[in-house]
Amino acid sequence: MWGHYVALALRSSGRSKALTALVVMLLAFGVSACMVSYAVFRATTSDPIPAKSSRLYVPQVDSFGPAVNWNGSEPSPVLSYMDAIALWQAQKASRQTLLYPATWQMESDSRLIPAMPLSGDAVTADFFPMFDVPFRFGGGWTPTDDARHATVAVISRRLNDKLFGGHNSVGQEIRLDEKTFRIGGVLDDWNPKPRFFDIASLGIPEIFNDTGDIYIPFTRAIDMKKGTKYDLCPSYSTDLGISDWDKYLHSECVWINAWVELATPTDVERYREFLRNYAQEQQRSGRFSWAPNIRLRDLMEWMAHEHVTPKASTLSMLVSASFLLIVMVNVIGLILARFMRRAPEIGIRRALGASRAAIYRQFLIEGATIGCVGGIFGVALTLLGLRGAGGLFEPRIARIVHVDASLIALTVLLAVAATVISALYPTWRAARIQPAWQIKINS
Amino acid sequence: MALTRALMQLRPIVAALGRHKVATVLIVLQVALTLAVASNALFIVATRFIHLSRPTGTDEAHIFVIRNEWKNGQNAAQIDTNIRTDLAALRQVPGVRNVFSSEAYPLEGGGGIPLGLKLKPDQKTHPKLAIAYVADEHAIDTLGISLVAGRNFHPEEIAAIGPYDKMSVPGIIITRSAAEKLFPDGSALGKTVYLPAGPATIIGILASLQGSYADSSVRSIDEDSVLVPTRYLDPEGVVYLVRTDSTAMKPVIAAALKALQERGGVRLIDPKEGVVTLRQARERDYATDRSVALLMSILSGLLLMATAGGIVGLSSFWVSQRRKQIGIRRSLGATTGDILRYFHAENFLIVSGGIVLGALLAYLANVGLMKVYELPRMPLYVLPLGALLLWALGQLAVWGPARYATKVPPVVAIRTE
Repeated sequence: MWGHYVALALRSSGRSKALTALVVMLLAFGVSACMVSYAVFRATTSDPIPAKSSRLYVPQVDSFGPAVNWNGSEPSPVLSYMDAIALWQAQKASRQTLLYPATWQMESDSRLIPAMPLSGDAVTADFFPMFDVPFRFGGGWTPTDDARHATVAVISRRLNDKLFGGHNSVGQEIRLDEKTFRIGGVLDDWNPKPRFFDIASLGIPEIFNDTGDIYIPFTRAIDMKKGTKYDLCPSYSTDLGISDWDKYLHSECVWINAWVELATPTDVERYREFLRNYAQEQQRSGRFSWAPNIRLRDLMEWMAHEHVTPKASTLSMLVSASFLLIVMVNVIGLILARFMRRAPEIGIRRALGASRAAIYRQFLIEGATIGCVGGIFGVALTLLGLRGAGGLFEPRIARIVHVDASLIALTVLLAVAATVISALYPTWRAARIQPAWQIKINS
Repeated sequence: MALTRALMQLRPIVAALGRHKVATVLIVLQVALTLAVASNALFIVATRFIHLSRPTGTDEAHIFVIRNEWKNGQNAAQIDTNIRTDLAALRQVPGVRNVFSSEAYPLEGGGGIPLGLKLKPDQKTHPKLAIAYVADEHAIDTLGISLVAGRNFHPEEIAAIGPYDKMSVPGIIITRSAAEKLFPDGSALGKTVYLPAGPATIIGILASLQGSYADSSVRSIDEDSVLVPTRYLDPEGVVYLVRTDSTAMKPVIAAALKALQERGGVRLIDPKEGVVTLRQARERDYATDRSVALLMSILSGLLLMATAGGIVGLSSFWVSQRRKQIGIRRSLGATTGDILRYFHAENFLIVSGGIVLGALLAYLANVGLMKVYELPRMPLYVLPLGALLLWALGQLAVWGPARYATKVPPVVAIRTE
């Protein structure tokens, strides 16, 4: 029966070619606009670390106070050195790390490779297990190394390929800012998009950049007086009296990303309580002149809060969804015209004994068939649109957009669903046609 | 005359539409949604376009920037020598008109030093925030900007400072925009303002110079820039801004890098991102805005095409349904012009209905977008423009089917199907 209805649908399409072509093209454009936007949206909002994201939290402590905060009562997204160290040393979570992005000048023994500036992050030992960072050779360092301010480094696979031709370089040495570091581990390919762990430092355009090449212990980086260009000081008091590195460390300037791993809701509550107590303590000691103002967000909340998804992406989602809606209104009208034109045929079918249900079946299948054809054209247009994504979206975002089977299936599904929904009202009208009436007036 | 005839036709048109309620409602709805979405989308395009075409005030076509990092282990005195030597070397390069060193450049998207300017030393209220460029007596000529009042820096006014030193300078040059905000009565020249490190006299006023952020989050102070007469001895690195004589910058860039390479041991210049022209910086800085504008334009275009297509489709259907009525009218003496006018008037009525509903939806959508995207309120003239566009679109779309209707011969009236 299905096959017969599909054949009928195709035959009737052949009779009103222009109208059918119009419906198919409208659907194809509407659906593909949505799918191109969706592919970009999906790429920019996807969970960078699905296995862990619900257990990773960002603690925030307001160290600026209501007089300086320009973002309402929202505390700054990064911590001051004093607060960061206090939270880290308290060890109240099962794992915790402090980190900040920085740049080092790297020299190796190879004379073929000139000195070069390399970026990366200063992190603590927990960074690697917390974020499931994959290793190709060796591994991260231990909390003891953190405590000893060890000169150990973890390098990216990319850098290992460049310096050591891809061989196991664990135990070899490189110089960072003229200080010798032993290579403790080489990462495997690891490039989460966005690079969620330091988004608070990097800011919107850079968070879709590749991850860095160098990771060294946070404590050692502090010893090296390694600052970051992404710091923020309570502005209007530039005479904070920062005259050297030590004064900078003990100032209220914020620049350190903190992460904690908390397994259960109870742990989360307990940690929140700890943060509140910490802030209260600072208030009691006179450092904060305001009530505790803290936040503890998990990774996905954090990404939403930091507006990771580009505005262009959400806006184009919104507008293409409206476009599809308009296309659907359009298609309702056109399908109505198409079905009503066949009123005599329906009347005859009904007179010959077809039930209302049979009419429903026939016309909904006809709708689905048109939708399917529209979907196939839609897939072609989507692929074309994504090929042009490099011209439409920023290159670094266009780069992470990809096509897969689910996207193609979803395109066809969306087209079929949109057409069937649009065909509901016209089908209802078609099924209400009185058999006798049609035969009479067209005799 | 034509108008009164068209008006006389309105009653039968409305009556006829009453018999096609659903189809009419569908077109009205479609026009309304199209107006709501397209007017907002095109408004976004306009705001983005205005944003990304803002001038920096500089001679962008002739300026490139070298981001130079210092090798580790050099003290302030060495860096000072490096900068002086480099500037002298760069001035010798053929094709270079002028050069100066700074910490940031226009369209960089960051880098500038936020500077609070107070009117009194003990001012408790928030100081006027501005973005500072470190500069010397060559800065104005290099950037291609001009003074509207006052004077340029003298060479002896340029002081070298390190990262932890206080930026205390005797005089600064500010933009007209900053001057007017600080001293609305226009008396800024010669006045004293208080930087965090101490007082400074305003010795010159620039026509315009954009800050280095060019970002929507600091849009209100984008034009409020300050030139501070210092050589900033940042151990990390320095930015050289170079103005060339001609727009063919490639050979000049190569020669400049070669000149710096002679003392290559003190520095690192990233082979990929170390040199950028302001033209490239503009491309990069406004990539998001351009992307939004382009996407919204394409989607609006598709939207209008879809609506036109829908009107053509439904109008054709109506014409084919009414062949008999048209034939009767024709045989009763209606001219082809009457038939044509009938369909155009009908379309005008329906689209007008859509426009009324659409204006309301567009307003609501704008209010929603203002909340989510910090979009400004849509000016009222956008809606009449959108309405005109849709009327024109409707008339154009119905023209084909209406022409087809005029071809219906009167004899159809007496034929059976």
